[in-house]
Amino acid sequence: MTAGINLFEQQAKNRRLTVAWLALFILFFAWLGFGGDLALYLEAASRTEGQVAYRFPWIGIVVTTIAAITAWVSWRKGPQQVLWSTGARELTNPETVEEKQLVNVVEEMAIAAGLPKPKVYVIDDQDPNAFATGRDASTACIAVTTGLLAVVNREELQAVVAHEMGHVRNLDVRLMTLIASLVGVIVVLSNGMGRMLRGSGGLLGGRGRKGGGGLAVAALIVFVLWVITLILAPIISRIMAMAVSRDREYLADATGAELTRNPAALASALEKIETHEAPTTHIKEGAAHLCIADPLGRDVNLKEGRLADLLATHPPMAMRITRLKGMAFQQLKAAGQLPPT
Amino acid sequence: MGAILFLIILVILVLWVVTAYNGLIALKNQTVNAWKQIDVQLKRRHDLIPNLVNTVKGSMDFEKETLQAVIDARSKAMASGGGGVKETAAAEGMLTGALGKLFVVMERYPDLKSSQNVRDLQEELSSTENKIAFARQLYNDVATGYNTKQQQFPTNLVAGLAKAEIAELWEIEDKAERDVPTVDLSLKKPQG
Repeated sequence: MTAGINLFEQQAKNRRLTVAWLALFILFFAWLGFGGDLALYLEAASRTEGQVAYRFPWIGIVVTTIAAITAWVSWRKGPQQVLWSTGARELTNPETVEEKQLVNVVEEMAIAAGLPKPKVYVIDDQDPNAFATGRDASTACIAVTTGLLAVVNREELQAVVAHEMGHVRNLDVRLMTLIASLVGVIVVLSNGMGRMLRGSGGLLGGRGRKGGGGLAVAALIVFVLWVITLILAPIISRIMAMAVSRDREYLADATGAELTRNPAALASALEKIETHEAPTTHIKEGAAHLCIADPLGRDVNLKEGRLADLLATHPPMAMRITRLKGMAFQQLKAAGQLPPT
Repeated sequence: MGAILFLIILVILVLWVVTAYNGLIALKNQTVNAWKQIDVQLKRRHDLIPNLVNTVKGSMDFEKETLQAVIDARSKAMASGGGGVKETAAAEGMLTGALGKLFVVMERYPDLKSSQNVRDLQEELSSTENKIAFARQLYNDVATGYNTKQQQFPTNLVAGLAKAEIAELWEIEDKAERDVPTVDLSLKKPQG
């Protein structure tokens, strides 16, 4: 089965990327911390003409420790954080027929994927959307909005859940949830440090003294690099997160179609999600790239091209629908059931 | 020198046999497990049917035959429980066909369709039908993987050692089952 090989490759790739993201995250904060120390040290050295005692790099150690702890907490608590931030409630006692149907559909897809049944969550939001989160298949959670339950029929709901089950099976959930919380931390901490910097009135400004020469220049270069990283980090980390997310949407569409053997249902579900778009009130920017369709309804997701490719969390909806319809066509062709043309 | 080379080749061979053997055993257990998943869902279906029959019996006096067909198919399916894949597949296929007919007939009774109890039962049963279908799909995929592995060279050399046998696939043989009209049991009005 070629699908099986792809699956293991994909899981391995996601595992590697998870480790890489964690390492990059800690390295980034180590640079922020130790870089700051280095700038201070060089600056002090330039004033005293190299006659400076060894300075303990306390900023570096504190910042790196905080980063390591946050990474660990994001890893352990990421799924709960995401669910909490969207206001999702767990569906433990399904009461209405729609809720029962949702639980049943999730059970069906878990069976099709041969995985344990994920926990089911509902978000009270008019915007039709869905996402999956968790560390692995046994801790996976699938959340859908009430808006989605209202517009799709059973087959389409099944297709959407199958797409989310695809994220669970390919281990996308682990990577994407981790990235969601790490990007959040980077944005918050960079902003905070930038503000502290402005508050302190600039470390080096107005201290231009003669003497020290080369050391002062080195201090300035390190300091400038440091500020540039601080400014660019939130943007770059977001762009990286979006690239990871876009890749995985096509793949989850394909996996979902493989589970239900019904690509046409996912295509029509995506069409409905697109046409019934309503402003989301619960899904914030941090969780946007986890969703089946961009909840923020940004125009870049509809376009193709370089810039759109860089800034969109999801591939263009029209492309996804076209690909799924292509799969449905192939399926009919294979079954010899093509309508006469 | 020659002895060392021989030893190295021997170690590689033994390692390969162990890996291939373990791989086959893992696939075999996966196949058995996938089959058990079908069994769980089939049992669930057998348990649900009496409820459905009792609920609709009163309002469906004229459809005694359809109901009787479901009841008969259920007892046959339950009797074939311990049998092989083929017998189970045939008996359960009959039951699927009979249930499909019952669902179609039920469409003609508006008061049945509006009853909350019936709607719940219908959702339960159609979900169980889906679960059976998906469990069957998974079983067929896993079993095909297992069959391919034990026939492919060079794994086929250790197939005997691992007591690997070709797992029977659950094929849909019954023409009636193939022809079951797709019933849209979703409870929503069609939307654009």
